[in-house]
Amino acid sequence: MTATEVNDWRFALVGTPNSGKTALFNALTGSRQKVANYAGVTVERKTGVLHTASGRRIDLVDLPGTYSLRGRSPDEEIARDVILGRLTSEAAPDFLLCVADATNLRVALRLVIELKRVQRPMLLVLNMIDIARRRGIDIDLGKLSAELGVPVVTSTAVRRGGIDDLLRRIDEVASQPAAAIAESNWTTPAIADLRAAQREADRVIKAAVGEPARPDTWTTRVDAVLLHPVAGMVALLVLLFVMFQAVFAWAQPAMDLISSGFDALGALSATILPDGLLQSFIQNGVISGVGSVIVFLPQILILFLFILLLEDLGYMARAAFLMDRIMGGAGLHGRAFIPLLSSFACAIPGIMATRVIDNKRDRLTTIMVAPLMTCSARIPVYTLIISAFVPNRQVFGILGLQGLVMFGLYAIGIFSALAVSFVANHFFWRESATPPFMLELPDYKLPQLRSVLMNLYQRAMAFLKRAGTTIFSMMILIWFLASFPRPPLGATEPAIDFSLAAMIGRWIEPVLAPIGFNWQISVALIPGMAAREVAVASLGTVYAIEGGKEAAEQIGQVLAGKWSLATALALLAWYIFAPQCASTLAVIKRETGGWRWMIVTFLYMLALAYIAAFITYRIALALGWG
Amino acid sequence: MLTLTAFMTDIEIPAQTEAPGTPLGLAQRGFRGHIRAIDVRADHQGVPAAEIERRLLELGFVEGAVVQILHEGPVARDPIAVRVNNTTIALRRREAMAIFVD
Repeated sequence: MTATEVNDWRFALVGTPNSGKTALFNALTGSRQKVANYAGVTVERKTGVLHTASGRRIDLVDLPGTYSLRGRSPDEEIARDVILGRLTSEAAPDFLLCVADATNLRVALRLVIELKRVQRPMLLVLNMIDIARRRGIDIDLGKLSAELGVPVVTSTAVRRGGIDDLLRRIDEVASQPAAAIAESNWTTPAIADLRAAQREADRVIKAAVGEPARPDTWTTRVDAVLLHPVAGMVALLVLLFVMFQAVFAWAQPAMDLISSGFDALGALSATILPDGLLQSFIQNGVISGVGSVIVFLPQILILFLFILLLEDLGYMARAAFLMDRIMGGAGLHGRAFIPLLSSFACAIPGIMATRVIDNKRDRLTTIMVAPLMTCSARIPVYTLIISAFVPNRQVFGILGLQGLVMFGLYAIGIFSALAVSFVANHFFWRESATPPFMLELPDYKLPQLRSVLMNLYQRAMAFLKRAGTTIFSMMILIWFLASFPRPPLGATEPAIDFSLAAMIGRWIEPVLAPIGFNWQISVALIPGMAAREVAVASLGTVYAIEGGKEAAEQIGQVLAGKWSLATALALLAWYIFAPQCASTLAVIKRETGGWRWMIVTFLYMLALAYIAAFITYRIALALGWG
Repeated sequence: MLTLTAFMTDIEIPAQTEAPGTPLGLAQRGFRGHIRAIDVRADHQGVPAAEIERRLLELGFVEGAVVQILHEGPVARDPIAVRVNNTTIALRRREAMAIFVD
């Protein structure tokens, strides 16, 4: 028998969140997985292939975790639509593998009872059976199966050989001809149905589970500290400090290595290629474009390593529990805390990390305010202007004025992020309902290295593929604007003066004049869209200062002579808010699945930047700092 | 151990006189009891009462279940972590007002 003679089976893994479904999926499919998005939504579609002992090929889809088929979030809607065969892009699965945490059967069995109404063949997989047995939970499998009317098999996804029984059962199912799929008569369950289903689940548990489950002693002990009102907050702060430090500092050597590597590559291309357009395109367009994508990778990997470990450990839900009231005041979800904190290093991993927020509205708010957090790319700009314009003296005897200004810039960023989300919640989202904060606090589990690494790899690939294409094309566009048209022969001014960027800069100068920006600043802002710190080098180029990055001090001296204090302060105010980062915008577009929220973010930040710079400039002028 | 105190001023006690028990939203850490009724009396921030009731049921809050308050949040003792039979659920006191216990 050859493989082509056998029908391909389509199985779906369905289960509640925290049921160990993904670990089981990894165990069943190994590395033969594909991660993509469902059409039109940002819900991840995870599929994999599994070959049974008798050589049958099964396509396995890992559905998002769901408590019911009602579809309360985009994730849950996808799970429901796939099970019911409502998606046009894919056929309904032939068979459902319903995964339940054997230590936590109540909620899972209610879902099984609901799934039975879909009338699709299914198998209940009691996962984490080893933990259940160790805790003395005695499940009578025969009775459970008889009471439920669903075949039952046990598994331990994270143990070698732990899924052998399951694989045998899958093979048996796949060896029989596929049953014709009955038209599902599923309808949204009424409140009474839910109540009845939970009572039925409790009855089944009473009949089939001997020893009533005791709480996990480890979880109880750890939670006594980690959920303590004082000790828990201290632990959270320490953890966040370590994370922030890691993303900020540990990534730095790798990032430096990557950027100097790409610089060297650029320099090499300059020596090989003749001077001219091709050289400029390869060096400043392609190589620095690719480099600007890859340079974010260390931060993204470190941040996601932390997030995946904390998620698998079961701590993420606890952090949300601790932060809920504090974040809630500004209308943010408790889970928004880690993405926002990461945005201090860089908004890109921060925005990618908002995937831990399951509610769409809360996630959008977090994505929109994340770029207001002072990212590390603003530091070179802030440092340049502060050291050139703010006198280095002490205030109140102990505080340095320069440091105080820097702190102020950070504080304004945080404050405005909270203010924007507050405004968004109270004015723009008023129509839509605020979903209640209800969330399971799963028992702690040791993360599985294999599963964490696999997830990390998938995140990295997703970033490189999805964001990479957009970031790269924007870099090419910015290079084009700064390079064309070419300067005429014998021109003495810097080449950028003749470019489209300069034309746009001069064209927008009247718009920026009321906030105190001259045409040189206006021009520098355009290549500054590539990344905020690029504006420093661009200012150097526009003012015809040789020496690139090393000349920052020199640039500062020149600027101090050419700008008024009012202009410098206005530029600082501008940089707190301005959407001066093409990469961030590209990631927002990817993560929100379209142009709309990218444009909204761009425009609101631009408006805030203009207003802030205008007010700063006018106040500074009034104070006689013009 | 069964101390029930209305220490939170920002929570309105339902106006109806025939309360089917004491709301879990008013109970303190350490409280242990049975659910007598799930009775959502008003919409919560735009979410219909029926939807709140469904969500509570889906997380296992059903009449007869044993509940115990394990932890309280650091600010205003909110939210609370509640053990329902064998699962731990975090929810705000506001929603827990709909869970009546004895």
